[in-house]
Amino acid sequence: MSLIHLSSPHVSKANATDRVMRLVLIATLPALIALTIFFGWGSLIQLLLACTSALAFEAVCLRMRKRPILFFLRDGSALVTAVLIALAIPPFAPWWVVVIGTFTAIVIAKHLYGGLGNNPFNPAMVAYALLLISFPAEMTQWNAPFVLIGDNWNVLASFTDSLVIIFSSINHGMIDAYTGATPLEVLKHRGGMTTEEVWRNDPVLSQGVFAWYGISAAWLMGGIFLIYRKVFTWHAPFAMITTLFVLSSLFYAGDPSNFADPFLHIGVGATMMCAFFIATDPVSGATSNKGKVIFGIGVGALIYIIRTWGSYPDAAAFAILLMNLSAPFIDHYTQPRSYGHARANRGIGGGK
Amino acid sequence: MTRIYSFHGGIHPPENKRQSLGAPIRQAPLPARLILPLQQHIGKAATPLVEVGDQVLKGQKIAEPTGHVSAAIHAPSSGIISYIGLQPVPHASGLESPCIVIETDGQEQWCELHPIENYRDLDKKELLKHIRDAGITGLGGAGFPTDIKLNLSKDHIVNTLIINAAECEPYITADDALMRERPNDILTGVEIIAHLLQPSKILIGIEDNKPNAIKALRDAIRERNLPIELVVVPTRYPSGGEKQLIQLLTSIEVPSGSIPADVGIVCQNVGTAAAIYRAVIHGEPLISRIVTLTGFALGHRQNYEALIGTPFSVLLEAADVDRSKMFRLVMGGPMMGISIEDDRIPLIKTTNCIIAATQEEMPPAPPAQPCIRCGMCEQVCPATLLPQQLYWFAKGREFEKARHHNLFDCIECGACAYVCPSNIPLVQHYRFAKSEIRNEEAEQLKAAQARERFEARQARLVREELEKEQRRKERAEAAAREQARKKAEADSVSSDTPDPEAELKKLKSAASIARTKLKKASEALKNAEEKGLDGTEKLKETVAQLEEKAAAAENAWQQATGAEQ
Ligand code: SF4
Ligand code: SF4
Repeated sequence: MSLIHLSSPHVSKANATDRVMRLVLIATLPALIALTIFFGWGSLIQLLLACTSALAFEAVCLRMRKRPILFFLRDGSALVTAVLIALAIPPFAPWWVVVIGTFTAIVIAKHLYGGLGNNPFNPAMVAYALLLISFPAEMTQWNAPFVLIGDNWNVLASFTDSLVIIFSSINHGMIDAYTGATPLEVLKHRGGMTTEEVWRNDPVLSQGVFAWYGISAAWLMGGIFLIYRKVFTWHAPFAMITTLFVLSSLFYAGDPSNFADPFLHIGVGATMMCAFFIATDPVSGATSNKGKVIFGIGVGALIYIIRTWGSYPDAAAFAILLMNLSAPFIDHYTQPRSYGHARANRGIGGGK
Repeated sequence: MTRIYSFHGGIHPPENKRQSLGAPIRQAPLPARLILPLQQHIGKAATPLVEVGDQVLKGQKIAEPTGHVSAAIHAPSSGIISYIGLQPVPHASGLESPCIVIETDGQEQWCELHPIENYRDLDKKELLKHIRDAGITGLGGAGFPTDIKLNLSKDHIVNTLIINAAECEPYITADDALMRERPNDILTGVEIIAHLLQPSKILIGIEDNKPNAIKALRDAIRERNLPIELVVVPTRYPSGGEKQLIQLLTSIEVPSGSIPADVGIVCQNVGTAAAIYRAVIHGEPLISRIVTLTGFALGHRQNYEALIGTPFSVLLEAADVDRSKMFRLVMGGPMMGISIEDDRIPLIKTTNCIIAATQEEMPPAPPAQPCIRCGMCEQVCPATLLPQQLYWFAKGREFEKARHHNLFDCIECGACAYVCPSNIPLVQHYRFAKSEIRNEEAEQLKAAQARERFEARQARLVREELEKEQRRKERAEAAAREQARKKAEADSVSSDTPDPEAELKKLKSAASIARTKLKKASEALKNAEEKGLDGTEKLKETVAQLEEKAAAAENAWQQATGAEQ
């Protein structure tokens, strides 16, 4: 008889990793739409560029590591990384920025560490941090949201013009007319002004901030969708946002003229994206629910500290990388209490 | 009403129970050959009482328990013993094991039965012996000999008796059918169990997906006015796991490494209760059971009452199997059952279900992808473990870490593997790690035992040497005393003063000899104590004696020199 011998269980839920990744991709759609509405076609072009280059790098790596290429390409993890990079960098950054970004993420941060599931750092954030350090000018060159540039919106609204801006180094000056600082940068480099004065005087804050709020709301929507679909749990995002909110509230309450208000902290910059799409990355995050809470608290606190006292305006990438580093340690000290045990085990074990 | 608690995790796999509940329990055909493995239970294999060629009657005991944890086996039908030896048996290893084979004669002739008229008047020991003689083992799970569990009240305080009617695995409906059709058998069985254990509370735990069984049991309990509480729990796999059901009904967790009786609880399955009823009230030993035959390769998916030892092939034929469609044959449920390659193997006491699945029904698992640490496994683990970490450690052969993460509390329920989006066969990895650790431990134990034996031998040699020494010394002393006495006698006669120089030297060397001896002996003692050997008492005594002697010799010499100066 040709019956197959297999270990139990004999059934499994139709619940493939590619499905998880597909859900994550779907959940980034609102943010993509919001970015396109507020900042033009740039993000979409970056996204296509990132996906293509990421898949190419992934295929080459798999080939060199002698793994089945199609089987692993299908898991979609490279696409998720690519999409996150594309949506995190300025929409009109030159094309090579995103290509270097995906190269760093896929080749260095993922495959050199042994591929999917083995990378200690979040690939997208490794790429982002590297780009920010290497190309600070390109990486901070956000165009102003369309509400601030009135008629000139036409230029950014044209798909071909957007392509030209991204791919031609010669015409790069074209974008200069429209670039502006992000709210966090404005606050960072405000000179002697109080927070209140900045808010009144700088159009990015007084009028443009709603564009950023809109994008954060889009990320939030995607995140809630993923929690609803049980792709990840609420622990890390909730802990991270709460920590950031509480910390910024405390400082803001103490000295409102010097510190940014809590809504700004959670509403602009990479906070929402980081909370739902980066801090929830299971591979490089903490394992248990309690661990995830600690991880989220760490990220939230670090973001606040680096934003307020560090030299970079936004801090999500650095905060995440630092917490990635501590994740194994958190894991060892947050084992849940198993059934039938009075206490949870602590530490690594096996050291004897 | 008893409150219902909850356990961590759990899953809701498709139930697939409906298909086998359409028709009432049907009698399976009498096969030409019955194959009875000597080991159908946990513990030692039974010892055959018959020989090839013997004529046996239905219900006759053909193998008796070997030692305490073991169970008897009876002839399920009358016939002739045709073979005793190795046969394929239902076991995950797929290996063969000793069996008794009966060629049935179709007469179904019973041996003499001994029903018990009024079990309450019987001595409990007698009643337990009767149940043991009926070869009853747990019919729900692993097949632990039932009489041992029922004897627990001897050294445990049993305050809660839980009857497991949850039947949480998909596909299986054997207990469900039994409860619908024979609720009174079950309840009488429960009464007998309660009579033996004298619990203060009796709970029947049942999942809410069996409305008919719930109704049948509830009506029967009400009619007979029994002090039994029927607790309906929400359907969630694995609520029928012993530890999970206990947690659901009492919120108590059985401590790791303990048995439920340690926290005052005994669990029995409904099928076991019915078997006890038949053994006590009708005197019938355990020779048949209800088994669910299901899966889409079968024409008649329903419950059968089949004789223990009936080959699977006979049952599959009876259920109108379409072999061309059969892709996977599973004994037990889809979550924890074992896959069977050879359908000549027999039904045993613990076989509650046989699934003949088509390829669409249980497709081969897609190839495993890497673990993305998504944590879904952790969310469903009823033992609150970290399956992804366990997997990591098992794969990397970091067994000590796996154990630190409580690998041995894994009940192998398969919930983690069921939800894993990367299709990793997690349970297989855990089984592998567990068996590796067990092997390693066995090796270590062997080595430790050898070392212990070696050290004990060394200590004995040292001790013997010391004793010999002691005896020699005693003899020498006696001789010396004798000489001294003789000398004193002579002295008293001659009253010659001894040579003081020589005397002094003698005393000195005696003192130094005594010191060395003492040193040696105390070293031996120290060694022995460090290694924790026994026999140190004797060594201690020796040392004390030597100490005295050394002190005496020292004194004598001191005095002598003092007198001299
Ligand atoms: S469910 Fe599978 S992929 Fe997810 S963490 Fe567990 S083992 Fe890894
Ligand atoms: S098989 Fe073990 S690790 Fe997996 S869910 Fe069940 S108890 Fe937890």
